[in-house]
Amino acid sequence: MRLVLVGTSHHRAPVELRERVALEREQAATLAARLAEGGRETVCLSTCNRTEIYLAAEDAEQAERDAVAALAELEPEVAHALYRLRDQAAALHLFRVAAGLDSLVPGEGEILGQVRIAHELGTTGPLLDRVFRQALHSGRKVRAQTAIGHSPASVSSAAAALAEQVFGDLADRSILLVGAGKISEQAARNLRSRGARISFVANRTRGRAEELARRLGAEALPLAGIEEELARADVVVASTSAPGYVLDAAAVRRALGGRRGRQLLLIDLAVPRDLDPAIHDLEACYLYDIDDLQAIVAETLSGRRREAERAESLVAAEADKFHEWHAALDVVPAIASLRARAEEIREAELQKAEGLLERLDESQRRAVEAITTQIVNKLLHLPTVRMKQAAAAADGVLYAEAVRHLFGLGEDER
Amino acid sequence: MAELLFWPALLLYGEAAVGYLGDARRPGVAGRAATWGVRLGWLAQTALLGVQAARRDGFPWATWAGSLNLFVWLVVSAYLIWGCRRPYRLLGLTVMPLAAVLLVVARAGGGTGVGGTSHYSNLFLVLHVGLVLAAFAGFTLAASLSGLYLWQERRLKQRAATVLRRSVPALATLDGLALRTVAWSLPALTLGLGVGLVRLVVDGDRVDALVLATGVTWLVWAAYLWLRFVAGWSGRRAAYLALAGFALVIVVRLALPATHFA
Repeated sequence: MRLVLVGTSHHRAPVELRERVALEREQAATLAARLAEGGRETVCLSTCNRTEIYLAAEDAEQAERDAVAALAELEPEVAHALYRLRDQAAALHLFRVAAGLDSLVPGEGEILGQVRIAHELGTTGPLLDRVFRQALHSGRKVRAQTAIGHSPASVSSAAAALAEQVFGDLADRSILLVGAGKISEQAARNLRSRGARISFVANRTRGRAEELARRLGAEALPLAGIEEELARADVVVASTSAPGYVLDAAAVRRALGGRRGRQLLLIDLAVPRDLDPAIHDLEACYLYDIDDLQAIVAETLSGRRREAERAESLVAAEADKFHEWHAALDVVPAIASLRARAEEIREAELQKAEGLLERLDESQRRAVEAITTQIVNKLLHLPTVRMKQAAAAADGVLYAEAVRHLFGLGEDER
Repeated sequence: MAELLFWPALLLYGEAAVGYLGDARRPGVAGRAATWGVRLGWLAQTALLGVQAARRDGFPWATWAGSLNLFVWLVVSAYLIWGCRRPYRLLGLTVMPLAAVLLVVARAGGGTGVGGTSHYSNLFLVLHVGLVLAAFAGFTLAASLSGLYLWQERRLKQRAATVLRRSVPALATLDGLALRTVAWSLPALTLGLGVGLVRLVVDGDRVDALVLATGVTWLVWAAYLWLRFVAGWSGRRAAYLALAGFALVIVVRLALPATHFA
């Protein structure tokens, strides 16, 4: 069985092309089932950054042609953006994908779940089952043994991580959103995913504030109401299109009196800025603007890249293990034939000596059986090990042929 | 036997101090090794205290050096409540070097062997020495938490791009833990001091410099709680006050004790 991969990703294809070959779950399952006809194994992995078809087939050429044709049916232009990998290279690629090493943001966590779902929806057999299970294992191992997925990879997730640095558990924290645009909503969703509660949404246009507040389960406020709520808020996220400051230091200073020294984190995602930079100088106030957050993201991404180097070696070791297992499959039939032949000879020789053996009692006969079996096993042990080693080093098929020739193992035994 | 147990305890505390230093530079294996150093060192010192208690018919830590030995054990015990969790490893960087140095000082003063008997009753010694030392251990931990708070607060104020690189407890968590630690420790100090003062009055002894300094320490930590609960202090100001209170603990523990224990 050969492992074949045909696919495209953000490395080769722009989003306009990727979106045309992206598959819904049902489509991926249907395509996998269709390509698996004729005894093949198939898994279709489709995410926003990649569409890949993994096949296990005896005829690798034909499997590859079918996969290319299937993707070209979705979008003919994709043909020039496809990569084609086989066996060890295909397995290593899948392991890197599962570990997040091939992702746009190194170490992103979503891909592991996507690989798991693709595996579940696929039409798998011994080979793809093994390679996908091992890929999921190595993905989890990389996340457990390196810090590749620990740090935030976007401005809004950096803002949420900062909130956790200041307050710890965000469950009982009150968030005030200033501005009701997409950026505010994205930041709010990131904070909510970490347990925070969006208390208020303030916006110049009351209608938009109410609409976003409804979606987030918050209360809408006019911009003039911000100062009053500052005494209660723990995090302020500002992202309006106002030309000047929406909140100045004097207003925050007035609000501090009612806060009894509680920390206040202010995130300014707007350009031009919504929050007066002098706020940062006030006690227990921490103001981060878009440049600060981008610097944090750049630093954490460089940290992820450093961790990616460690992750690469873990993934390579896992891929080697898979390769050894896969390569051994080539020589397994020859080993099985050799052992069967040896056993056949042993039994035939014992049969010939039956006249002598029948004089022995039961325990003596068992001893003869055990000794002859041991001799066969000991004789075949080293050739078996050497053939498996040769298989891992790509000479396995040659060794298998040599063994068949030397021991006269017939075609019917293959 | 006590001698045999002192060295593993010291070596493991020392290993933990070095490990935490390594963890501060590059988080990972060194931090885990340090955590195990604290755990095993604490077990060795617990055994040491156990041997001291078994060899002596009574409270064996009534001397200055002996009480320092017990103080180290209490500080490490208090640290172990949180210290083994990953975000608190930086706390170990402040606690464990102090523990290792004080253990050496305790040994130099003869506090890790089997000392002579005290003319005070065991109950009095347990209540007075035990409670005062437990309170001081709590204050030490609160000061360490406050130091970590100030370090992390400074990084947040500097808006360092590396602010998320290390796993550190949140500011609010550190602030709250320091407050809770002091809230448990001050009643212990109050009770321990009260028992000592009653004995002082009963025996007709004079108030010495150590008693006065301990009284001032009590006032500072009482002010800490009052300012936090009543005046609404928190964060940086409270952390500085905790460090001032800890400076007094050090003076009381190391600079003034000779006459008191004589």
